[in-house]
Amino acid sequence: MAFLEIKKVAKGFGGKRDRAEILADINLEVAKGEFVAIVGYSGAGKSTLVNMIAGLSAPDSGTITVDGKPVTGPGSDRGMVFQNYSLLPWLTAFDNVYLAVDQTFSSWPVEKKREHTNKYLAMVNLGQAHHKKPAELSGGMRQRVAVARALAMESEILLMDEPLGALDALTRATIQDEIARIWAETHKTIVLITNDVDEGILLADRIIPLSVGPAATLGPAVTVTVPRPRDRKAMNHDAGFKAVRNQVIEYLLGPGKRRPQPGPSSPTTVPSPVAKGVPAGASSASPPSVGSGGGATSPEVAAAPREVAA
Amino acid sequence: MKAKARVDVAAIVLPLVGIVVIVGIWALSSATWSKNLPSPFKTWQVSKPFVVAPFEKRGELDQGIARFAWYSLWLVAKGYTLALLIGTPLGFLLGRSKLFAKGLDPIIQILRPVSPLAWLPLGLVLFEKSQPAALFTIAICAMWPTVLNTALGVRSIPQDYLNVAKVLQLSPAKTFFKVLLPATLPYMFTGYRLSLGIAWLVIVAVEMLTGSPGVGGFLWQEYNSLIYEHIILCILTIGVVGFVLDRLMSVVERRLRAA
Repeated sequence: MAFLEIKKVAKGFGGKRDRAEILADINLEVAKGEFVAIVGYSGAGKSTLVNMIAGLSAPDSGTITVDGKPVTGPGSDRGMVFQNYSLLPWLTAFDNVYLAVDQTFSSWPVEKKREHTNKYLAMVNLGQAHHKKPAELSGGMRQRVAVARALAMESEILLMDEPLGALDALTRATIQDEIARIWAETHKTIVLITNDVDEGILLADRIIPLSVGPAATLGPAVTVTVPRPRDRKAMNHDAGFKAVRNQVIEYLLGPGKRRPQPGPSSPTTVPSPVAKGVPAGASSASPPSVGSGGGATSPEVAAAPREVAA
Repeated sequence: MKAKARVDVAAIVLPLVGIVVIVGIWALSSATWSKNLPSPFKTWQVSKPFVVAPFEKRGELDQGIARFAWYSLWLVAKGYTLALLIGTPLGFLLGRSKLFAKGLDPIIQILRPVSPLAWLPLGLVLFEKSQPAALFTIAICAMWPTVLNTALGVRSIPQDYLNVAKVLQLSPAKTFFKVLLPATLPYMFTGYRLSLGIAWLVIVAVEMLTGSPGVGGFLWQEYNSLIYEHIILCILTIGVVGFVLDRLMSVVERRLRAA
């Protein structure tokens, strides 16, 4: 049995009449220590999926198990990095992390908890910003604190919900490298949600595309064969890298873009931004981006999805 | 520089112009159509002993105006504290529990607009003494802004923060003190400031009706003694004290928002 197992999970929102299926027939197995990236359209339901793994919401049907035990709510075995950092603005960087440490390791003496907090702040290269409030930190720094907070819980699974989505390309690249390094050091089981195909290829062992919603489902997994450590500059010319990228994009723009239910829209049209009955947050579907993770990207690759969409 | 200096002059001169105009209308009124209204000069003459020796106690009904204001403030402080002690937890309950909100909201909407003059007799019936009745009236009139603003603050807490509390598995106490309370604090203090304003409004009515010593009691007594100059003195005192209280609270409020 896999360490993290998702079986036939479905989730929808709304009442009986205006019900919108967000996710349908989601099946996923993640081995212990594996780094998995789920790549998909914005609004397809990626956050819904990761929230269910975190235990913040329950699936309508199907099961999620961690180490054989079904997920019924949040647990210390699963840490989470939120999409918008979600640091508490009235606490300093140190206190934000310490809050998690204090709760998770409540029996430890204070000195040990402080040491533990400092260790993880150092791991994300936070430098001298320990005593600054989130408002005084840059976006990259805030995300580092959020990563440190999740890591400091020392949970076996780390869930990351588009952790770098709000950052500029350069900061993004830096933190991607840090995540790769931290994973190499800790070998945690990581589920990364992203809309950036290259980010997934750079970091993950396996990439699983999520089709466009409603009733989004996971496509065939693509194993990333590129050896680690992965060099973002060399990767643009690497055949294995290109092959993975093509497979993922082909699914996302091909079968993954087709809506499962019959409707007036033909499979090849660009997803309508206002899908009937779908909640506002889940309705605007935009295609996953390619290129921001790869640093200097060749123009033909960056342009590829736009050509197909046009 | 020049523009700034002009603004400063305007900030001093314009209020002075306003005061002069109002005092002018007052003087004109007392000289023409309202013979009972004391003139500004006469008001000052008669009020002088109360203002120049504000803390003096010459007799039970003959005390400096600051002393009267102090009595009122002390009573307000007690009633206001009671209002916060009841209003804040009530606000949290309303904000956190939909069931509670649905059950209590109509009652709150009906009780909120009731005048202090209507509550006081009920207080006297309930407690049979003027002091607790006064506290009851101040508390029940002043607590609504605290209740409603606290509830609004609790409802406005971003879902993200609540998710963090859940994922970090914070205990209920930690969730309250580290997440709910700090997130609600700015709203709470807006409520506290508005509540203080109402408490100060209510005190005058309460003192008049119960005859307890204070600015309101003094006002009513001087009206009955036909010393109309002191009515104006009391009105001005009530206004100044209320203004100062509001300023003090908004300083605290702004500090909390900045933090």
